[in-house]
Amino acid sequence: MRRVVITGMGIYSCLGQNKEEVKEALYQGKSGIVEDRERLDFGFRSCLTGKVPLPDLKKMLSRRQRVSMGEEAQYAYLSTLEAMQQAGVDARYFEDHVVGILFGNDSTAKSVIESIDVVRNKKDTTMVGSGAIFKAMNSTVTMNLSTIFKLKGINMTVSAACASGSHAIGLGYHLIKSGLEEMIICGGAQEINHYAVASFDGLGVFSANPDPKKASRPFDKERDGLIPSGGAASIIIESYESAINRGATILAEVVGYGFSSNGEHISTPTAEGPARAMQMALDQAGVAASEIDYVNAHATSTPIGDANEARAIVEVFGEKGPCVSSTKSMTGHECWMAGASEIVYSMLMMQNNFVAGNINLETPDEVSEKLNLVGKTLDKKIDVFLSNSFGFGGTNSALVIKKV
Amino acid sequence: MEKELIIEKVNDFLIDEFEVEAEDIYAGANLKDTLELDSLDFVDLVVAVDSNFGVKLVGEDFVNIHTLQQFYDLIERKLA
Repeated sequence: MRRVVITGMGIYSCLGQNKEEVKEALYQGKSGIVEDRERLDFGFRSCLTGKVPLPDLKKMLSRRQRVSMGEEAQYAYLSTLEAMQQAGVDARYFEDHVVGILFGNDSTAKSVIESIDVVRNKKDTTMVGSGAIFKAMNSTVTMNLSTIFKLKGINMTVSAACASGSHAIGLGYHLIKSGLEEMIICGGAQEINHYAVASFDGLGVFSANPDPKKASRPFDKERDGLIPSGGAASIIIESYESAINRGATILAEVVGYGFSSNGEHISTPTAEGPARAMQMALDQAGVAASEIDYVNAHATSTPIGDANEARAIVEVFGEKGPCVSSTKSMTGHECWMAGASEIVYSMLMMQNNFVAGNINLETPDEVSEKLNLVGKTLDKKIDVFLSNSFGFGGTNSALVIKKV
Repeated sequence: MEKELIIEKVNDFLIDEFEVEAEDIYAGANLKDTLELDSLDFVDLVVAVDSNFGVKLVGEDFVNIHTLQQFYDLIERKLA
């Protein structure tokens, strides 16, 4: 079994459009949440959202390349470019080597709706244009990026709700570990628009806090719901041998991937399932719970979800164990992107010796107070971290990553 | 519609929407070889012609259309 290392990362998020901006925002405890009042006109209960600038890729890609890309593919293109630059790989490398792509994505709502609106309006499917079908499929990100970068390895999208990005990395880890791939571009992408999350808002799970910057408050007693967000994150993983042979800088090593399914309610998480996933990740990594320096929690700022994750963390790590924070306090819930972006955030913390604070944490609830929660930026050396991602349908993913 | 206007509108959308280079726009330009339009671009040409001229083209219309001049003539025929 081979070792799997990270050699490149890229990020396009509401905290910043590159790693430097994001690192700074994490350290300063900045919130990327804003209001989008058009959502209220549309019928939303909550107008809060993370927001990223819409990319302008005209100078970077041909029309043919751009026309089949919805926003999620555009974000993923930019985050992947940043990861490629760090990893020291380019188009030429992809020509000469088999490189795969595994991205998490679980919706393309806006693209589907816009194309069907055209058909409804014109009563003619030939009016949607050539890009519509490619924008409308869940696999739009991997479809587009594998074409643009001319990739020749594994090529698929992982759809697992809010654990998509994490599972994508986990599956990539196993493909490399088992020797089936040398290098894989992993990641997660998430569209940001009202079509994508209207049904989600309809469940009543979004925060209605009037202060956007205070609304996302995982583990806090006064939390009242999550805030949707998005963008994209890319992580390039490869075999240790491949990295050494080509002289790449190794950023860290993926040492454990744990997963589970709750087998219970379709939306309400349990504590048992996540605990199993975390324990599996630790067992695989050969790392004791006591060796984990930091847990990047999934915690989305929902009353039940955060509490159940707190119970699960206590079950695995005991009370007042490793430092815990949820970066969703700053970013909101990046959904399909989160599992990958939170690896980038945790990596930035590890590389820069700090734990980003779980902002807006004023009073933990009675379950969360058993955790070693970090409310404000803490200067601390991290050698090993664990990152959680859980999703609707009871899907759980946990990744353990350590310094080399 | 005057032929000159047809030509102007076609050239405009070829440059603006299809990002064809202006110097490649001439009557004898081959749609596939010179303008580098592929099968997916032809799908978009149907949309552009509908949007700019209110005329619906179908696949069969393109069977003997190879050059830009033939494309202008096709639209003129459809508008007549």
